[in-house]
This record gives sequence, structure tokens and C-alpha cells, in this order.
Amino acid sequence: MLILTCPCCGVTAEETEFHQGGEAHLTRHGPGASEEEFHTYLFAKENPKGVHFERWRHNNGCGKWFHAARDTVTLEVYGTYSAQTLEPPQVIRDAITAKRPGWRWREFA
Amino acid sequence: MAEPVTALNGARFEGIATIEDAGPTGMITLRGDLASKEVKAAVKKAVGLDIPGQRAALGGKETAALWMSPDELLLMCPYDKVAETIATLDAALEGQHFLAVNVSDARSFLRISGGGAREVLAKLCPVDLSPDAFAPGMFRRTRMAQVPAAFWLDEGGTFHLVCFRSVGEYAFNLLKTAALSGGEVGVYG
Ligand SMILES: [Zn+2]
Repeated sequence: MLILTCPCCGVTAEETEFHQGGEAHLTRHGPGASEEEFHTYLFAKENPKGVHFERWRHNNGCGKWFHAARDTVTLEVYGTYSAQTLEPPQVIRDAITAKRPGWRWREFA
Repeated sequence: MAEPVTALNGARFEGIATIEDAGPTGMITLRGDLASKEVKAAVKKAVGLDIPGQRAALGGKETAALWMSPDELLLMCPYDKVAETIATLDAALEGQHFLAVNVSDARSFLRISGGGAREVLAKLCPVDLSPDAFAPGMFRRTRMAQVPAAFWLDEGGTFHLVCFRSVGEYAFNLLKTAALSGGEVGVYG
């Protein structure tokens, strides 16, 4: 069971108040993209053992989307942050580094 | 005009808490910039209340202002005052980016009162309802068993709960089951 804090309304609740919305920080390749790019956008997802970044929605609460950084092995949540960003903020990266020095996830570290 | 009928049609149950249909109630979804002076003035004019703080409920005489999300309030007023309340909002917010919609018939509105009220809700929602954690004036949107619901607690110890009308009967039956006599857990003393 994950305990998440919604950065939009401040509620801390267990995961059933929320809904997971897939991998975070995907680049959506739009019109004019190559088939390879579109294929990557649709299908090439991370499946890490450890640090992971996801989109979540507070669907039974304020209804807003946000991002979460968590660990798929220990279920610890390193932090949640705004949906309006293309990459994890430094404070989240630092929180992960404190517990998992040397972590990497896609282009982030 | 036809008489308004709620989904629960006045249902009432007494167990370790009293669960009752709150009856036809005017409800207005207001979306906009809650930090703007225009929205603040419009809400004051329409229901006589300030903008509630994050996850807070403000209650007045037959009115309420409930914090739904960073850009949304649920306003309550008497059922037959909805049209004029929306007209007041529309006039006060002319030119602003906002939305004011009558959702009175899209919601069920219930009251949960009595000694077991905290415990009844705590059985159904993943929320810490101990008196230290959930105090009067707090508003919470959450999951109640399988449906979304929202509630606040007033100074008198009564919970006021809103859910979608389509699940009103389900919500009532859930609360009723949780409030059956003999089902006391006594977790809140
Ligand atoms: Zn939220």
C-alpha cells in the first residue's frame, strides 16, 4: 500500500483515493513524428526495479493530476510534485539520492 | 413547477448514528481563480461567505462554501434560490474566466449525526477521523467504499456528506450498514 500526498490539495491518503496514470515525463511525439518515435512514445516504457516516476490523479479527491517518485521494490514514496513540469525538481532528485545514491532513470540522475 | 424529489426521498435510519437525507438543496459548482478579488466579491455577494481555505468548509444561514480543489468551490443555498444565486455570480463575474453551474439535482446530500458518526464514516473512508485529526470546519473529498464522496463536520458534531445522485441509494445503504446497532467498534472512545 502506497501513502501519497497530493501536492494540489495537500491530502495524504492511501493509494485507493488516487489512480495511477502511467509513466511520467513521456515525450509525446506529435504530427510529423517518425513511426519509430511514435512507437517509442506508445510502447517503450520503463519497468525498473527501484526508483520510478509516475503520473497519478487524485481521482476521489481534488481531481488533479500530479507526479510521484517512488520505489517499486520498497514502495517508499520519495516525493510528489506538480504535473506542470517536464522533469523531476531538484528537491525530489535530492530526496532520492539521499536514499539511493547513484540512481538513474531514463535521462535523469 | 414540479416538486423536487431527492434520490433518497427523505430516507432516515437510526443506529449508532443517524443517517438522513438532507432534502432538496441548492448546489452550485463554481470554478475560477479563487485567489482573485472578483471571485471573492462574487461569492460574498451570492452566499454571504468568504472563500474557504484549503480543504475547509464555511457554513452560513442556509448556505455553505466548500473547498473542492484549488480552482473549484461547491456553493450551497436553498433549493429555490439557485437560479438567482447563479444570476448574482454571473453578473458579478462578467468578463472573468469562470464557470457557475447548477448541480443541485446531480448530487445527493446526507447528514450523519449522533455519537457514532465519526466511526461510521471511518469504516467507509480512508481518512483519519479521530477528533485530533478531523475537526469542525474541515472538508474532505475522498473515497467512500466504491464511490467518491465529500463531507464536512459542523460545530455540533454532525457530518454533511455529498455524493453523486446516481449512487445516493448505495451511499445511504453503506452508511446504514456501518451504523447498524451492535456494530460499534469504540475506536474513538
Ligand atoms: Zn488532491
